[in-house]
Amino acid sequence: MKETIIIAGFGGQGVLTMGKILAYSGIMQDMEVTWMPSYGPEMRGGTANVTVILSDSPISSPIAHEFDCVVVLNQQSMDKFESQVKPGGVLIYDTNGITHHPTRTDISIYQIDATAECARLGQAKLFNTMILGAYLKVRPVVAMENVMAGLKKTLPERAWKMLPQNEEAIKHGGEIIRQVR
Amino acid sequence: MAEKEVKLMKGNEVIAHAAIRYGCDGYFGYPITPQSEVMETLMEEKPWETTGMVVLQAESEVSSINMVYGGAATGKRVMTSSSSPGVSLMSEGLSYLAGAELPCVIVNCQRGGPGLGTIQPSQSDYFQACKGGAHGDFHLIVLAPNSVQEMHDFVADAFDLAFKYRNPAMILADGCIGQMMEKVVLAPQRPRKTKEEIAAECKSWALIGKTDDRERNVITSLELKSEVMEVNNQRLQAKYRTMEENEVRYEAIMCDDADYVIVAFGSSSRICAATVEMARAEGIKLGLLRPITLYPFPKKPIEELAARGVKGFLCAELNAGQMVEDVRLAVNGKAPVEHYGRLGGMLFSPDEVFKALKEKLINR
Repeated sequence: MKETIIIAGFGGQGVLTMGKILAYSGIMQDMEVTWMPSYGPEMRGGTANVTVILSDSPISSPIAHEFDCVVVLNQQSMDKFESQVKPGGVLIYDTNGITHHPTRTDISIYQIDATAECARLGQAKLFNTMILGAYLKVRPVVAMENVMAGLKKTLPERAWKMLPQNEEAIKHGGEIIRQVR
Repeated sequence: MAEKEVKLMKGNEVIAHAAIRYGCDGYFGYPITPQSEVMETLMEEKPWETTGMVVLQAESEVSSINMVYGGAATGKRVMTSSSSPGVSLMSEGLSYLAGAELPCVIVNCQRGGPGLGTIQPSQSDYFQACKGGAHGDFHLIVLAPNSVQEMHDFVADAFDLAFKYRNPAMILADGCIGQMMEKVVLAPQRPRKTKEEIAAECKSWALIGKTDDRERNVITSLELKSEVMEVNNQRLQAKYRTMEENEVRYEAIMCDDADYVIVAFGSSSRICAATVEMARAEGIKLGLLRPITLYPFPKKPIEELAARGVKGFLCAELNAGQMVEDVRLAVNGKAPVEHYGRLGGMLFSPDEVFKALKEKLINR
């Protein structure tokens, strides 16, 4: 099994952290992992993305030109990465601010209203774990117990009190994601 | 402390942890993207409270390399890290360190140049690292890690080689390896060398306090008598020949039956390993030769592949063609040697390298 995923959105949405939780979850499941950020002069409001690869065997290239799954969290990322989903692959996107919806017919497409849902719950901080839960619903590459272990490894100790809420958000993300194609 | 715990860390963070755990005495640095996490991690870990390691942010790279000079002169294990423009500022210091034969470790997490360039990954400092990089006839020992685990392991190797040869050693990484997170197993904590151990190892040259039973040690690269300076140079050159004889390291992936061979180092070699998988799936016998030591360069294994009848070599590097010159010297006209690169901080993907291989060698 090898899963190559890119998560792309605005800086401040928790894109890099979501990738880190996923990568640590893979380690908890004895997988090989790489986590490669777009680093640079990114800031809150700028664009950010991270490529995560999970594999049962050693990973050669941490760089990919097409992805099994693309998670898109803003319009700029949609414009850039829709074309980079492998044929037969998966595109997941948060609907907030998306004006040009994806048009490809050779991939599976899923929507989630996570921004709106987090606003409704008054829990903006749970956005990325909600997206993670949605992703894991579609691509169950890591068992939930390993996701929780990976989440604990990723969060600093002072944030461990938030673990139950994050677990809820992961579950909730899985519930509210819907397939559109 | 759990010794075999697998962690998820950036290459830069791992450099810091490795320095502490391998008993480094001092780190002197100045922040620059994409390697700033090295000093950030050291500042977070506060090793001065545990091992007694000094961590100091200098006012510039010129200062930090000269602090390294001072620390190294006393036989301590000292290091610095920077990225391309910062390493250029250190180049005078590198020449003096090589001239005074001082062991130390320099990490260059390369970014695109020239000048301030970009902050994205590049391998355009190969010439600078391997061909001296400053005035005078000298060489650094140059190690090129291609994984986060190697970023960790090569800190120990670099210090070992630096002390074995009394020569500065460079870890030539890039923004990709520095910023990437992978699994890593950290070494158990080693104690720093004691005063007595340093005296036993380095008393023939280090400034550890003169005693009555020996002449004073002098650390300098200055010699006004050219007859004597020639002898000094010959001693350095003899040392470099010994390194070339004994310290070459490389990795050969599927080279035994290869018709074509990619030569790539560092992050490029990871990308090209995927190209090898793609080519083999198409029935093309492609191998990968990865130099681990860039100086001394693995000339002999490339020579042997050319002599064995490899039909062509592709040197894939994130620059306009630097290591390819060393590959051409090794192949010595026995087979075509082509170059493929991206510039200014752009990375190539495995399929781009595959396409270049087909265009430049297989279908030409």
